[in-house]
Amino acid sequence: MEQMLSFIAAKANYWTYVILLMVGLYAMIVKNNLVKKIVGMVIFQTAIILFYVSMGYKQGGTIPIVMHDEAHHGATSAAIKAIDYINPLPHVLMLTAIVVGVATLGVALSLAMKIYQEYGSLEEDEINEKLRNI
Amino acid sequence: MIIPIDLIILVLIIVSAIAAITVPDLLSSAVILGAYSFLLCLLWTVMGAVDVAFTEATVGAGVSTVFCVAAIFHTSRRTKD
Repeated sequence: MEQMLSFIAAKANYWTYVILLMVGLYAMIVKNNLVKKIVGMVIFQTAIILFYVSMGYKQGGTIPIVMHDEAHHGATSAAIKAIDYINPLPHVLMLTAIVVGVATLGVALSLAMKIYQEYGSLEEDEINEKLRNI
Repeated sequence: MIIPIDLIILVLIIVSAIAAITVPDLLSSAVILGAYSFLLCLLWTVMGAVDVAFTEATVGAGVSTVFCVAAIFHTSRRTKD
Protein backbone atom coordinates (compact mmCIF):
# COMPACT_ATOMS: atom_id res chain seq x y z
CA MET A 1 0.00 0.00 0.00
CA GLU A 2 2.76 2.40 1.01
CA GLN A 3 4.71 1.47 -2.13
CA MET A 4 1.67 1.98 -4.32
CA LEU A 5 0.99 5.42 -2.83
CA SER A 6 4.57 6.55 -3.41
CA PHE A 7 4.41 5.14 -6.95
CA ILE A 8 1.32 7.25 -7.67
CA ALA A 9 2.71 10.34 -5.92
CA ALA A 10 5.96 10.18 -7.92
CA LYS A 11 4.09 10.75 -11.21
CA ALA A 12 1.12 12.67 -9.75
CA ASN A 13 1.13 15.27 -12.53
CA TYR A 14 0.74 12.65 -15.23
CA TRP A 15 -2.02 10.80 -13.35
CA THR A 16 -3.87 14.11 -13.01
CA TYR A 17 -3.32 14.76 -16.72
CA VAL A 18 -4.92 11.43 -17.66
CA ILE A 19 -7.88 11.94 -15.29
CA LEU A 20 -8.55 15.49 -16.52
CA LEU A 21 -8.29 14.36 -20.15
CA MET A 22 -10.90 11.66 -19.53
CA VAL A 23 -13.18 14.04 -17.58
CA GLY A 24 -13.09 16.52 -20.47
CA LEU A 25 -13.68 13.82 -23.10
CA TYR A 26 -16.59 12.41 -21.07
CA ALA A 27 -18.19 15.86 -20.79
CA MET A 28 -17.78 16.51 -24.52
CA ILE A 29 -19.38 13.19 -25.51
CA VAL A 30 -22.02 12.45 -22.87
CA LYS A 31 -23.34 15.84 -21.68
CA ASN A 32 -26.53 17.09 -23.29
CA ASN A 33 -26.11 20.82 -22.71
CA LEU A 34 -23.97 22.80 -25.17
CA VAL A 35 -22.31 24.97 -22.49
CA LYS A 36 -21.41 21.81 -20.53
CA LYS A 37 -19.75 20.45 -23.67
CA ILE A 38 -17.76 23.68 -24.01
CA VAL A 39 -16.69 23.43 -20.33
CA GLY A 40 -15.49 19.89 -21.09
CA MET A 41 -13.48 21.25 -24.02
CA VAL A 42 -11.78 23.82 -21.75
CA ILE A 43 -10.87 21.07 -19.25
CA PHE A 44 -9.46 18.96 -22.11
CA GLN A 45 -7.26 21.83 -23.32
CA THR A 46 -5.91 22.62 -19.84
CA ALA A 47 -5.11 18.91 -19.32
CA ILE A 48 -2.86 19.01 -22.40
CA ILE A 49 -1.21 22.22 -21.09
CA LEU A 50 -0.59 20.40 -17.79
CA PHE A 51 1.10 17.54 -19.69
CA TYR A 52 3.46 19.89 -21.55
CA VAL A 53 4.42 21.93 -18.47
CA SER A 54 5.06 18.69 -16.54
CA MET A 55 7.45 17.56 -19.30
CA GLY A 56 9.58 20.66 -18.81
CA TYR A 57 9.67 20.37 -15.01
CA LYS A 58 12.91 19.50 -13.22
CA GLN A 59 13.21 18.38 -9.60
CA GLY A 60 15.18 21.06 -7.75
CA GLY A 61 15.43 23.36 -10.76
CA THR A 62 14.89 27.10 -10.48
CA ILE A 63 12.68 29.32 -12.63
CA PRO A 64 14.16 30.02 -16.09
CA ILE A 65 15.35 33.60 -15.47
CA VAL A 66 19.09 34.31 -15.67
CA MET A 67 20.32 36.69 -12.97
CA HIS A 68 21.52 40.07 -14.27
CA ASP A 69 24.97 39.70 -12.72
CA GLU A 70 25.47 36.24 -14.19
CA ALA A 71 24.33 37.35 -17.64
CA HIS A 72 26.67 40.33 -17.69
CA HIS A 73 29.83 38.45 -16.78
CA GLY A 74 28.60 35.12 -18.05
CA ALA A 75 31.33 34.47 -20.54
CA THR A 76 34.20 35.42 -18.24
CA SER A 77 33.40 34.55 -14.61
CA ALA A 78 30.75 31.91 -14.01
CA ALA A 79 29.28 29.89 -16.86
CA ILE A 80 25.49 29.54 -16.86
CA LYS A 81 24.55 25.95 -16.18
CA ALA A 82 21.45 25.04 -18.18
CA ILE A 83 20.91 21.97 -15.98
CA ASP A 84 19.93 24.22 -13.04
CA TYR A 85 16.99 25.80 -14.86
CA ILE A 86 13.53 24.42 -15.66
CA ASN A 87 13.13 23.95 -19.42
CA PRO A 88 11.31 27.10 -20.68
CA LEU A 89 10.49 25.83 -24.19
CA PRO A 90 7.22 24.00 -23.26
CA HIS A 91 6.15 27.08 -21.26
CA VAL A 92 6.46 29.32 -24.30
CA LEU A 93 4.51 26.87 -26.45
CA MET A 94 1.76 26.66 -23.82
CA LEU A 95 1.44 30.46 -23.58
CA THR A 96 0.22 30.35 -27.18
CA ALA A 97 -2.04 27.39 -26.37
CA ILE A 98 -3.77 29.26 -23.52
CA VAL A 99 -4.53 32.26 -25.74
CA VAL A 100 -5.76 30.01 -28.56
CA GLY A 101 -7.93 28.16 -26.03
CA VAL A 102 -9.64 31.38 -24.94
CA ALA A 103 -10.24 32.35 -28.59
CA THR A 104 -11.78 28.90 -29.21
CA LEU A 105 -13.96 29.33 -26.12
CA GLY A 106 -15.22 32.70 -27.37
CA VAL A 107 -16.11 31.34 -30.82
CA ALA A 108 -17.83 28.27 -29.32
CA LEU A 109 -19.89 30.35 -26.87
CA SER A 110 -20.94 32.80 -29.61
CA LEU A 111 -22.07 29.84 -31.78
CA ALA A 112 -24.03 28.49 -28.80
CA MET A 113 -25.69 31.90 -28.38
CA LYS A 114 -26.71 31.97 -32.06
CA ILE A 115 -28.12 28.44 -31.72
CA TYR A 116 -30.10 29.56 -28.68
CA GLN A 117 -31.53 32.54 -30.59
CA GLU A 118 -32.54 30.26 -33.46
CA TYR A 119 -33.95 27.27 -31.57
CA GLY A 120 -34.70 28.67 -28.09
CA SER A 121 -32.76 25.96 -26.27
CA LEU A 122 -29.25 24.85 -25.36
CA GLU A 123 -30.16 21.18 -24.92
CA GLU A 124 -28.97 18.98 -27.76
CA ASP A 125 -32.01 16.66 -27.80
CA GLU A 126 -34.47 19.59 -27.97
CA ILE A 127 -32.50 21.13 -30.84
CA ASN A 128 -32.51 17.80 -32.68
CA GLU A 129 -36.27 17.51 -32.09
CA LYS A 130 -36.85 20.95 -33.64
CA LEU A 131 -34.56 20.15 -36.56
CA ARG A 132 -36.53 16.98 -37.24
CA ASN A 133 -39.85 18.85 -37.30
CA ILE A 134 -38.76 21.41 -39.91
CA MET B 1 3.58 13.03 7.53
CA ILE B 2 3.84 16.22 5.49
CA ILE B 3 1.79 16.33 2.30
CA PRO B 4 3.45 18.38 -0.49
CA ILE B 5 1.46 21.40 -1.65
CA ASP B 6 1.38 20.30 -5.29
CA LEU B 7 -0.40 17.04 -4.37
CA ILE B 8 -3.08 19.03 -2.50
CA ILE B 9 -3.51 21.36 -5.49
CA LEU B 10 -3.75 18.41 -7.92
CA VAL B 11 -6.50 16.79 -5.83
CA LEU B 12 -8.40 20.11 -5.65
CA ILE B 13 -8.05 20.49 -9.45
CA ILE B 14 -9.60 17.05 -10.08
CA VAL B 15 -12.43 17.77 -7.61
CA SER B 16 -13.23 21.14 -9.19
CA ALA B 17 -13.09 19.71 -12.74
CA ILE B 18 -15.60 17.00 -11.82
CA ALA B 19 -17.76 19.55 -9.98
CA ALA B 20 -17.77 21.90 -12.99
CA ILE B 21 -19.32 19.27 -15.27
CA THR B 22 -21.78 17.75 -12.76
CA VAL B 23 -23.31 20.82 -11.08
CA PRO B 24 -26.93 21.30 -12.30
CA ASP B 25 -26.67 25.08 -12.90
CA LEU B 26 -24.71 26.72 -15.70
CA LEU B 27 -23.75 29.86 -13.74
CA SER B 28 -22.30 27.73 -10.93
CA SER B 29 -20.49 25.72 -13.58
CA ALA B 30 -18.88 28.89 -14.98
CA VAL B 31 -17.79 30.07 -11.52
CA ILE B 32 -16.35 26.65 -10.62
CA LEU B 33 -14.46 26.72 -13.94
CA GLY B 34 -12.95 30.05 -12.87
CA ALA B 35 -11.87 28.51 -9.56
CA TYR B 36 -10.39 25.59 -11.53
CA SER B 37 -8.34 28.04 -13.63
CA PHE B 38 -7.03 29.81 -10.51
CA LEU B 39 -6.00 26.45 -9.02
CA LEU B 40 -4.14 25.68 -12.25
CA CYS B 41 -2.45 29.10 -11.94
CA LEU B 42 -1.27 28.11 -8.44
CA LEU B 43 0.05 24.82 -9.84
CA TRP B 44 2.03 26.59 -12.58
CA THR B 45 3.59 28.86 -9.93
CA VAL B 46 4.59 25.84 -7.81
CA MET B 47 6.08 24.15 -10.88
CA GLY B 48 8.17 27.23 -11.77
CA ALA B 49 6.28 28.25 -14.92
CA VAL B 50 5.61 31.84 -13.81
CA ASP B 51 4.88 33.20 -17.30
CA VAL B 52 2.24 30.53 -17.88
CA ALA B 53 0.82 31.37 -14.43
CA PHE B 54 0.43 35.07 -15.34
CA THR B 55 -1.32 34.22 -18.59
CA GLU B 56 -3.57 31.64 -16.95
CA ALA B 57 -4.63 34.09 -14.21
CA THR B 58 -5.47 36.95 -16.57
CA VAL B 59 -6.65 35.24 -19.74
CA GLY B 60 -7.69 31.78 -18.55
CA ALA B 61 -9.39 32.66 -15.28
CA GLY B 62 -10.40 36.27 -15.89
CA VAL B 63 -11.46 36.61 -19.52
CA SER B 64 -12.93 33.14 -20.01
CA THR B 65 -15.08 33.44 -16.87
CA VAL B 66 -16.40 36.78 -18.15
CA PHE B 67 -17.13 35.15 -21.55
CA CYS B 68 -19.01 32.26 -19.90
CA VAL B 69 -21.05 34.53 -17.60
CA ALA B 70 -21.92 36.86 -20.53
CA ALA B 71 -23.00 33.92 -22.72
CA ILE B 72 -25.14 32.44 -19.91
CA PHE B 73 -26.64 35.89 -19.25
CA HIS B 74 -27.76 36.05 -22.89
CA THR B 75 -29.12 32.49 -22.94
CA SER B 76 -30.52 30.41 -20.07
CA ARG B 77 -29.18 29.05 -16.79
CA ARG B 78 -31.23 25.89 -16.69
CA THR B 79 -29.78 22.55 -17.72
CA LYS B 80 -30.92 18.96 -17.50
CA ASP B 81 -27.55 17.45 -16.62
